[in-house]
Amino acid sequence: MQIFLPIADVSVNAFLLLGIGSGVGLLSGIFGVGGGFMITPLLLFIGIPPGVAVATGANQVVAASVSGLMVHIRRKTVDFRMGTVLLLSGFVGSTAGIYVFELMKEAGQTELFVQLSYVFFMGAIGSMMFQESLRAILRARRHLAAGTTPPPARDKHTWVHRWPLKMKFRTSGLYISVIPPILIGLGVGFLSAAMGVGGGFIVVPAMIYILGMNTKVVVGTSLFQIIFVTAYSVMAHAITSQSVDMALAVLLIVGGVIGAQIGTIIGFRLKAEQLRILLAIIVLAVSLKIALDMVLTPSELYTVTTVGLR
Amino acid sequence: MIARSLRIIALIGALALPASAAEQVVAGLSDNQIAITATFNGSEILVFGAVKRDTPVPPGPPLQVIVTLQGPATPVNVRKKGHELGIWVNTASVRINSAPSFYAIATSDLMPRVLSATDDLRYHVSIPQVIGTVGTASMAPDAPSFVEALIRIRKEEGLYVLDEGAVEVDQSTLFRTRIKLPANLTEGRYKARIFLTRDGHVIAEHDTGVFVRKAGLERWLYQLAKQQAAIYGFLSLVIAVVAGWLASAAFRLFKR
Repeated sequence: MQIFLPIADVSVNAFLLLGIGSGVGLLSGIFGVGGGFMITPLLLFIGIPPGVAVATGANQVVAASVSGLMVHIRRKTVDFRMGTVLLLSGFVGSTAGIYVFELMKEAGQTELFVQLSYVFFMGAIGSMMFQESLRAILRARRHLAAGTTPPPARDKHTWVHRWPLKMKFRTSGLYISVIPPILIGLGVGFLSAAMGVGGGFIVVPAMIYILGMNTKVVVGTSLFQIIFVTAYSVMAHAITSQSVDMALAVLLIVGGVIGAQIGTIIGFRLKAEQLRILLAIIVLAVSLKIALDMVLTPSELYTVTTVGLR
Repeated sequence: MIARSLRIIALIGALALPASAAEQVVAGLSDNQIAITATFNGSEILVFGAVKRDTPVPPGPPLQVIVTLQGPATPVNVRKKGHELGIWVNTASVRINSAPSFYAIATSDLMPRVLSATDDLRYHVSIPQVIGTVGTASMAPDAPSFVEALIRIRKEEGLYVLDEGAVEVDQSTLFRTRIKLPANLTEGRYKARIFLTRDGHVIAEHDTGVFVRKAGLERWLYQLAKQQAAIYGFLSLVIAVVAGWLASAAFRLFKR
């Protein structure tokens, strides 16, 4: 069934959009990443103009994140205090990021900047997570074979515990300095504004490895934070460039919210290290794809963009 | 300024047509308005007409007909990627002042037999002639290749079409053709031109048009997005939050 999209000005298959929405919603539910880094390339691939793809993708991320968050709230796996700290510092960071993005635009190499930062950050985070979770899985397997139980993870006292301004994050079971979460929020906000993604794939590993939060709590807290960051960007796009396509959004959302529900159920069944290794593989695959696009000879050297009218 | 002087040249040309009164075009379109609704998936328009003449059909080469349909024009940027330090980056770009969003030509025979190069220049009929390339030469050393790339890409997308031999001419008097409109149409007035030619020279021209506009829900959403951007953005978010909440509530009921 073909649907004509009023803002994107293209006709697309409605079932294809439902499929994309539910696929990305599924990932969002399982891992607590917004999925912006997946949905934008997919929409571009089916012929949606870039501006509309980014803005409308963000709207679908809001819906899928709300859907997943509701389940986490019921299961009490959301650290609202941590989420709020990350969120507030995130807004400060993204304001700075937007400024840098404008500077890059003037220099005329935004596309290159975005692609390089994708490859660098996703590649680095992905390979770190992959190594760590693989080690964890192998360790668990060794203990299983030997018939012993793995020693309980000890509370490692690292620099996050030593810094001043300590704060209690009860849901996460942490009593740490408030400065590291603020720094993470600043950094993620900056990167997400500059790179045009929600930042879930950066904030999730940061909460796990830097703050030492429980993987299960990380997913819900990340979703909570993503809702506000992406809602802010939907409003910004709607007002400045009028590039949110509601018809496209509704189709993606219907698929997305259902996918997110199924995703959260899967997420609760998976072991923490399995969750981490799967996310690592996805992050690595996307960054590899972007890197290949930059290196391989494109089939068409020229690109056409329409100016004006919109 | 340039456009105006071109128009004046065209006007002089039209006045100078040899015995222009002898043969005239009367033409019509199957629609004068195309509505883009939610289920719009391309359309087809029938262009038909007749040649009106006071004298018998003149001897000599047969009468030929060219039909063009042109969508609203916009400026476009054409960027070219180059290989630098092992990666492909945009290295050059050319801004083309005006390129139609859609352009279709249907002719009654092969293009060289239907229209001479001089009349193509004068009436702007072929695809390269409808693209405004004034001032592009200074933007890149190989500016013409950017224009060629634009035409190639839009031809592949079905936006620029040359259909030779698609116009049926009956007894040098009646003619008809069908022009396919793609699903990704831009709103606006689509200008239709019909040329009668003989021996490659234009002997009569007729202009008409068809309006393409969004209708129903499409129109309402489009206008809301443009005119009430904040309300539209907020509404999009409300839909997202409500849908997310509903799905979660529905799944909870489902599991019981």
